[in-house]
Amino acid sequence: MTAIAFGTWRKPSVIPGFGLTFGFLMVYLSLIVLIPIALLILRTTQLSWAEYWAIASNGRVVAALRLSFGAALIAAGINTLFGIIVAWVLVRYEFPGRRLVDAIVDLPFALPTAVAGIALTAIFAKNGWVGQYIEPLGIKVAYTSIGVVIALTFIGLPFVVRTLQPVIMEIERETEEAAATLGASRHQAIFRVVLPTLVPALLTGFVLALARGIGEYGSVVFIAGNLPYRTEIAPLLIVIRLTEFDYNGATAIATIMLAISFVMFLAINLIQVWARRRFGYV
Amino acid sequence: MTALAQFRRDTDYIEANLSLVAPFVDERLRVKTMNVTVENLTKAFGATPALHGVSLEIASGELIALVGPSGSGKTTLLRLIAGLDFPNSGRVLFGAEDASSKSVQERNVGFVFQNYALFKHMSVFENIAFGLRVRPRATRPSEASIRQRVMTLLDLVQLNGLEKRFPGQLSGGQRQRVAFARALAIEPGVLLLDEPFGALDAKVRKELRRWLREIHDRTGHTTVFVTHDQEEALELADRVVVMSQGRIEQVGSADDIYDNPATPFVFDFIGDSSALPVIVDKGSIALDDRILSIDAKGHADGPATLFFRPNHVRLAGQESGSIVGTVTGSRRHGDIRRLELEVGLARHRCEIDVPADSDVSRNGRVAIKPTDWRLFPRDS
Repeated sequence: MTAIAFGTWRKPSVIPGFGLTFGFLMVYLSLIVLIPIALLILRTTQLSWAEYWAIASNGRVVAALRLSFGAALIAAGINTLFGIIVAWVLVRYEFPGRRLVDAIVDLPFALPTAVAGIALTAIFAKNGWVGQYIEPLGIKVAYTSIGVVIALTFIGLPFVVRTLQPVIMEIERETEEAAATLGASRHQAIFRVVLPTLVPALLTGFVLALARGIGEYGSVVFIAGNLPYRTEIAPLLIVIRLTEFDYNGATAIATIMLAISFVMFLAINLIQVWARRRFGYV
Repeated sequence: MTALAQFRRDTDYIEANLSLVAPFVDERLRVKTMNVTVENLTKAFGATPALHGVSLEIASGELIALVGPSGSGKTTLLRLIAGLDFPNSGRVLFGAEDASSKSVQERNVGFVFQNYALFKHMSVFENIAFGLRVRPRATRPSEASIRQRVMTLLDLVQLNGLEKRFPGQLSGGQRQRVAFARALAIEPGVLLLDEPFGALDAKVRKELRRWLREIHDRTGHTTVFVTHDQEEALELADRVVVMSQGRIEQVGSADDIYDNPATPFVFDFIGDSSALPVIVDKGSIALDDRILSIDAKGHADGPATLFFRPNHVRLAGQESGSIVGTVTGSRRHGDIRRLELEVGLARHRCEIDVPADSDVSRNGRVAIKPTDWRLFPRDS
């Protein structure tokens, strides 16, 4: 049966290796992704629906989830906006130290997140380099949700920049020149011609930064202050539950995060598929 | 009424009714075209010179081709006219107006790129409408007239019904026609085409060539196009500008260029030809000390290059004063046979056409006599 089913969608090809690589894909994906997630969900099934709902609707849990997703969305949004500019400047202009700046973009990838968190806290604390000037203005960053957003912005930046760079490199100069000969101002050329072609890459970069932000733990716990209901992120709450030996509570929060993330990323993926079909490129 | 007044009235009448005289001109697309004057343009990219003081007069409504090998400066000249690059010195005039200080947006030129440069996230309709939509509100046409103009242009480029497609869903030839329609939409004073058919296959090229000629006749735009394909240039253009190494070698009609090449470069570049180094001495031409029985046509004494075309040659048999060579290759070329010869002590290669049924064997010796030829002075 399977042989017949295989035959219908598997076209003969001169490039062999499908069977081997597909088998590897399934084993690898199972070991690394599917089995751990299945265990997580299995664990949750030990809870009744009522218990599950009680955990999910708990005020502290809701507040933590709202902060995690909210801050991650804002941070990904900020990164998308400024990531375009950073990527654009790095690709389009030659300036002394360009390669150095290009390398600096990767630092948030390489730095242990805890180090980043401590550094950010030191800068934005009441007596820090930046904190001592902005705190008198009434802007408190350290130990507030603003601090969470800043930490997530820091760690998310390279995702947007690295996704955009190759796409910006591929933009043909002629397309912009064509817009100019047709009478478009520089402003019109950028907003009507350049940016729309970057949208798919922007979405991808946004998703990567968002995903990173939702799961981030190390850098946030230092700068957030971790006040329940106020500056406590969901991953931290999971850790707290675990240290209290409340494994069911921890897995319940985890599955909620998983479900929300899955729905969000599926939606963005569908938008991209739609765009690809509609415009016949990407 | 004096004869002069009568003449004036007649010419006025003819001018007023010019559209009756030229029935193929499409009035909906007819635009105010202008002549273009290029004065002494010089351009260098860094230390690399691209143009050395080029001057050119382009008449209103003319279809003119810039042809030359890559690196000859033809595309640079086109981009300077468009305002996509700026010259180091010299100026460009549109009509009587100096365009040198005008930006590319202000010049109102239609530019078609070799790789189409379509906006791939926009439908065919939106691509063509782009130039109208980006106008400031005061001069922007209404939605209805934009639609009408786009539809007229789609009709002109024979893409009716494809306005909702995206560039990714079109063939190369179709994309190029969209690029044309987009450039025509802004009613440009001048149409500039950079290797417009360069990326297309031979058959589509031929089709689009005829189509471009038709469009030009219907719309009457002053059109400058760049090509490296001399056949395309000779077939299509009213006048051909042959360029080499940043200079204009010759400007003329296809007949001029082909029959009276002004320089050795033009003779070599346009059409097939062979070149042999000879010495002119007191009116006779010598190839490796052999005096040829062809006339120097008053050429000055000294080293020279003898140019002739493969079809301007006859087989000479045993006649004296002929050019003798060894056949190294033979190709069938339509109705004729083209032979490759090695001539003289230095084995100069040259090509001749003979009837397809000629009995010539490889490595055989043939004697030939040019029936038409040109001499150009040669250094050393």
